[in-house]
Amino acid sequence: MQASGQPIFKRGPSLLVRLAFFTLLSLVLMVSDSRFRYLEGIRSVVSVVLYPLQQAAAMPGIVLARTGEFFVTQAALYRENEQLHRESLLNAPKLQRLQVLEAENAQLLRLIDAKPAPERTTIIAEILYESRDAFTRRVVIDHGSNDGLHEGQAVIDHVGVIGQITRVFPFVSEVTLITDKTQSVPVQNARSGLRSVTFGTGHDGALELRFIPVNADMQIGDVLVTSGIDGTYPAGLPVATVANIERNAAFAFARITCTPSAGVSSFNRVVVLSDAPARPPNPLKDPVQDKLKKAPAKP
Amino acid sequence: MSRSSLGDNIQGGEILLPVRTGYILLTILAAVLLDLVPLPKWISWVRPDFIALTLLYWGIFQPRRLGLLPAWLLGLLMDVADATLFGQHALAYSALMFAAIFLHRRIQMFPLPYQMAHVGALLLAQQAIQLLVRIADDSEFPGLTYFVSSLTATVLWPAVMAAFNAPLRRRSGPDDV
Repeated sequence: MQASGQPIFKRGPSLLVRLAFFTLLSLVLMVSDSRFRYLEGIRSVVSVVLYPLQQAAAMPGIVLARTGEFFVTQAALYRENEQLHRESLLNAPKLQRLQVLEAENAQLLRLIDAKPAPERTTIIAEILYESRDAFTRRVVIDHGSNDGLHEGQAVIDHVGVIGQITRVFPFVSEVTLITDKTQSVPVQNARSGLRSVTFGTGHDGALELRFIPVNADMQIGDVLVTSGIDGTYPAGLPVATVANIERNAAFAFARITCTPSAGVSSFNRVVVLSDAPARPPNPLKDPVQDKLKKAPAKP
Repeated sequence: MSRSSLGDNIQGGEILLPVRTGYILLTILAAVLLDLVPLPKWISWVRPDFIALTLLYWGIFQPRRLGLLPAWLLGLLMDVADATLFGQHALAYSALMFAAIFLHRRIQMFPLPYQMAHVGALLLAQQAIQLLVRIADDSEFPGLTYFVSSLTATVLWPAVMAAFNAPLRRRSGPDDV
């Protein structure tokens, strides 16, 4: 049977052959992308082609927002100004204490001969859009490798941790949110100091803690902050609040769900933190340790 | 109401202007822009895939103009834009284009409700391909809301056809001199 859509005289391969060709090509691309990540170069090229289109598509929204800003009432501005003033007054004592504490901390660190953690530089970026992929939780921000960003950098907003950069293009980068199924963040309970790891559930606004014993010191409303032991996120950033704890004696672990503190849906400015300082070498890689490991166990 | 394809641009007994390549490119550009407009996640679930709709329209009504290659390339573009697996949209779009071209005679023959049923089935199949690819790549089924965008696209099909055909209508009646 001759495939429809062909003229009387056949030109080129048949429709079915072409479908088979493109299917095969797509499969090869997908396997090499998923298993080996060979194709970041081609992705970059396509993203550069895409960039002006993305800018053009975002234009109407920006224009609408600007027009909206222009017609903001004076009362609204006054109210916002008032609120910001109040917040800054509320934060002032904390900030003043912070300076003293930082100085004190530096002095104490000198006393015990420990190096103070160098401050991280920050880049403010704007969220261009949320990825429409239903399987992942990602956003695209408007800074890329041209601005010095690279994979693995932590991204936060003024409330807490949002996620980390998982792919950079010349002008934009992809941020995978902490609610994505593949993301886990080492955290610490700010009240009890209990360390744990949050796992993304794949749904907006929900994280879970796994392998917490039923009798562990966790309460609803506890704030979880980054523990900093992963080297990606600096310690002390709010990650989530414990929302629900199910303690069932039939299971060894409690089911704990948390609500992330930061929300990408509400704000569109984020802060990209520079890399963590170099960490001390892994003690397990120590030659002495290696020798100990290689030595035959005594009977 | 029957639809015939005699090589010219005839739809539902109405003779439309011949389609210029520039017009096809313009519609594709518009579809890409519409798909890229940043929207909150809950709206983008409902948003139809305009590129898939455009490919379907040209595949069904001008099967000789766009082949599988443009569909495949547009798929790669959307893979980068949506941060999905590289080749996922490309595979789905080229299969969609294949089905549209393969079935174009049948779909053209049908009245609008049956046409919409075909379009809906093809769009759902296109999404199902993407779903299968992702499940093979260790993702989880995101729930039935995933398929909502195909349903809105199906509902929009008459409007899409009207929009595509509007610039192709003859200004004067066929009997005018």
